[in-house]
Amino acid sequence: MSQKTVRLVIDGKEVHAAEDETILKVALENEIDIPTMCYLEGLSGLGGCRLCLVEAKGMSKLFPACTTPVSNGMEITTNSERLLKHRKKVIELLLSERTHICSVCVANGSCELQEMATRFGVDHVPVVRRWTGFELDMSHERFVIDRNRCILCTRCIRVCDEIEGVHTLDLKMRGKDAQVIMDLDEPWASSYSCTSCSKCSAVCPVGAIYIKGKSLAETKNRALPEFVFERRKR
Amino acid sequence: MKPDELSVIAERESELRKSFTNRINICCSSGCANLGALKVLKAFEDAVKDLGFEKKCKVARTGCLGTCYVGPAVLIEPGDYIYMGVTPEAARQIVNEHIVNGRPVKNFLYASEEYFHKQNRLVMKKAGNIDPLRIEDYIAFGGYSALLKVLTSMTPTEVIANVATSGLRGRGGAGFPTGLKWSLVANAIGTPKYVVANLDEGDPGVFANRTLAEADPNTIIEGITIGAYAVGAELGYIYIRGEYPLGVQTLRKTLDNARSMGFLGKNIFGTPFNFDLELRLGAGAFVAGEETAILASIEGHRATPHPRPPYPANAGLWGKPTLINNVETFGNIPMIILNGGSWFSKIGKEGCTGTKCFSLTGKVKNPGLIEVPMGITLREVVFNIGNGMLEDGKFKAVLAGGPSGGCLPESLLDLSVDYDSLTKAGAIMGSGGIVVIDDKSCMVDTAKFFITFCMEESCGKCTPCRIGLVKVHGILEKITRGEGTLEDLVLLEDMSNFIREGSLCGLGQTAPNPVLTTLRYFRDEYISHIVSKKCPAEKCFREQEKEATET
Amino acid sequence: MSFLDQDERLIDLSEKIDLVYSPIVDIKNFPEAVDVTLIEGAVGTDEQLNLLREAREHSRIIVSLGDCAVTGNATALRNTVGENNSDLVLKRSYVDNATIQPQIPKQVPRLLKQAYALHEIVKVDFYIPGCPPNADLINYMIMELVSGRIPNIDSKFKYG
Repeated sequence: MSQKTVRLVIDGKEVHAAEDETILKVALENEIDIPTMCYLEGLSGLGGCRLCLVEAKGMSKLFPACTTPVSNGMEITTNSERLLKHRKKVIELLLSERTHICSVCVANGSCELQEMATRFGVDHVPVVRRWTGFELDMSHERFVIDRNRCILCTRCIRVCDEIEGVHTLDLKMRGKDAQVIMDLDEPWASSYSCTSCSKCSAVCPVGAIYIKGKSLAETKNRALPEFVFERRKR
Repeated sequence: MKPDELSVIAERESELRKSFTNRINICCSSGCANLGALKVLKAFEDAVKDLGFEKKCKVARTGCLGTCYVGPAVLIEPGDYIYMGVTPEAARQIVNEHIVNGRPVKNFLYASEEYFHKQNRLVMKKAGNIDPLRIEDYIAFGGYSALLKVLTSMTPTEVIANVATSGLRGRGGAGFPTGLKWSLVANAIGTPKYVVANLDEGDPGVFANRTLAEADPNTIIEGITIGAYAVGAELGYIYIRGEYPLGVQTLRKTLDNARSMGFLGKNIFGTPFNFDLELRLGAGAFVAGEETAILASIEGHRATPHPRPPYPANAGLWGKPTLINNVETFGNIPMIILNGGSWFSKIGKEGCTGTKCFSLTGKVKNPGLIEVPMGITLREVVFNIGNGMLEDGKFKAVLAGGPSGGCLPESLLDLSVDYDSLTKAGAIMGSGGIVVIDDKSCMVDTAKFFITFCMEESCGKCTPCRIGLVKVHGILEKITRGEGTLEDLVLLEDMSNFIREGSLCGLGQTAPNPVLTTLRYFRDEYISHIVSKKCPAEKCFREQEKEATET
Repeated sequence: MSFLDQDERLIDLSEKIDLVYSPIVDIKNFPEAVDVTLIEGAVGTDEQLNLLREAREHSRIIVSLGDCAVTGNATALRNTVGENNSDLVLKRSYVDNATIQPQIPKQVPRLLKQAYALHEIVKVDFYIPGCPPNADLINYMIMELVSGRIPNIDSKFKYG
């Protein structure tokens, strides 16, 4: 199929791209940094965390860079005052949603939420916080899921479905009550479909799914997403 | 079915209709059915049978007459006498007096002329006159002749041009020009193409789509089929709420009938056009009314919205071009085809043509299902059609657009009801819910009620809607408990604007509307809650007072 | 401890400030008209609550020092058991986990229904997050404040 090339401007820089590429991809190719959270290269786009929202000239709406395809003549702004304010708020809300206590978390120091909080100057959470006390599922011999730390980015669900191809993980309930579950909401150990591939723990941006007895700094396989992506291209 | 068969059926049916001196139409839509309409139907049938009048008087179960507040409602032809609150006993009396002696029974006769005066029933025109389950009834009123016209004498481009001329805009709430949408799908690359009709009406207190499906399902099916022809689709879906059992039942039977009559299926009217429709049931999520969420649900996924672009017109069901419209939009199509787009464009208001069905509820004397021309004022809706406030209450606000609509004050009562004026005032057309609020209601409490609804119904996909609404709810809760501060108002506004700008789909983007509009028009009530710890409507703080007296 | 991690900079600092109140300064009441108060720890008991309110009343600037003050941190772990959990918490710490003489003490201050971060109770002007908070950041914050500048810790701190 012949691909059309489009011309667009991102942060004042004129760039060229293939028509079906997303704004995020084009920005990355041109070394323009757009923060992301639920996005992971090699997985389908979700557009849920709203961290990668960008402005398009002439439109009042904001667009998630990770799912919005580029089009000819677009003028994108990725770091306006308004967007920075939005991003800060997203992080504040994520930190307030469930019990996030860094000092007792396996992900402390290698957590993407923590990293983003630092980056956007979230020195405290100004909104009312909710303290959840969901029980941990430690039934699996290798993995633990702590839903109190989950930010519902669904990377684990997508990697399980799209890459491992078993779709053990999915969500139950909706809105503020949504939770990641195994099969039909069973203890992890009794899941028949789980292949114990550990991809979910590798892609978790926070410390919600992790390998028992190890800190995330030790086990987090940053190379995995790249491996995944390489395999997809084949 | 061959083209000429249609007119034969139509003629035969209207002859049959004429052979009866009287016709008794009993509304058996959900509202009246719950009030005992089926018993009334039986009583009428028995009474007519006892008199041996079966050949002279036809007793028919029909759809909604619109006067939902006085059900069970009965319409007697000729003369269009409407009886209200009919009981099985009254049924016999009406037959004896009205049918036999020709004297209408005064104490059951519907009195409020004004209810219909300002209305213009076009989409719901046939609703109270035909048996929804008898496809022949529909044909007698010219049904499927629009489809015949389209298939035999119009090209898809002409159909789209006609719809574009009419100025029809999406009745689902956003008001996107229908003709434009159709041409986008028609020009989109990719096959097969799909058509989806949105009948997932999740708003509390809104029942316009349900009533249309229960009363006149064939109009919807005809409209969808015309749409499919225009965009080049061969398969379509009607996505209906699982909570509409009567609607599901009616549509299922009607689809079967339409299929056996040859209005759906292969080579419709002997032309090369093939089209079939399937029914899909929702599992009870408000967000499933969002167009991309419907598509996800039909595909078998969780009903969560997907960011746009890409739009369904280019990448909808299974990534294929998909036309998705509200059923009311489709319901407008047959008459546009039959009467022409320019005829339709003269109804309503310029830039916002046609009529719109509204579910009028709340503290008005005459709540019910109404269909009004666009551009009517809110005052006419509330005080003419609604006949003013219930129990002599004082008008305070009108919530337009369902739970994510806006609360508009008395000073805006002369606002014209159309997409652009409502949006400008902070409300939305939405699914067509109008809730009238009197001075016994507290606006902070009202805002809290609707935020609670949206919070519970948020799918949880995007951060602002999932978490932001919980925060907004928390602040409102705090204010209604009497613990609010003036700073909270700033936070409230800030968070609401963030949700509006940052959310993924229409539900999130409009969810803070009740808060933003009450803050805009009823700020004094918030301040009264915060500063003098008083609720002007004496609704809030009651529990605290109760606790205080108990201890 | 993190405060002391400023090491030799404390000498410079001591020339610029008067230390008027601290857990190790032997005065009973919170002094009047304090310029800057650094407060660490979450608010978990009614005694702490009163002290915080008093501190706010008598201080021009309040700085939340460390994650416990900023987020509640480990102190707030008890919040996950639910609100109004003081009985449960006391039982768990003094009875269930006690090795000798399990009993709930009567002399300790009453637990609040939750543990709070400082800014959830009073207005807080500046924050030094971190567990433990970074000594450089503490030093920067105090130095800026005593020289009358508004500190900006963006890109100088690490969350949590």
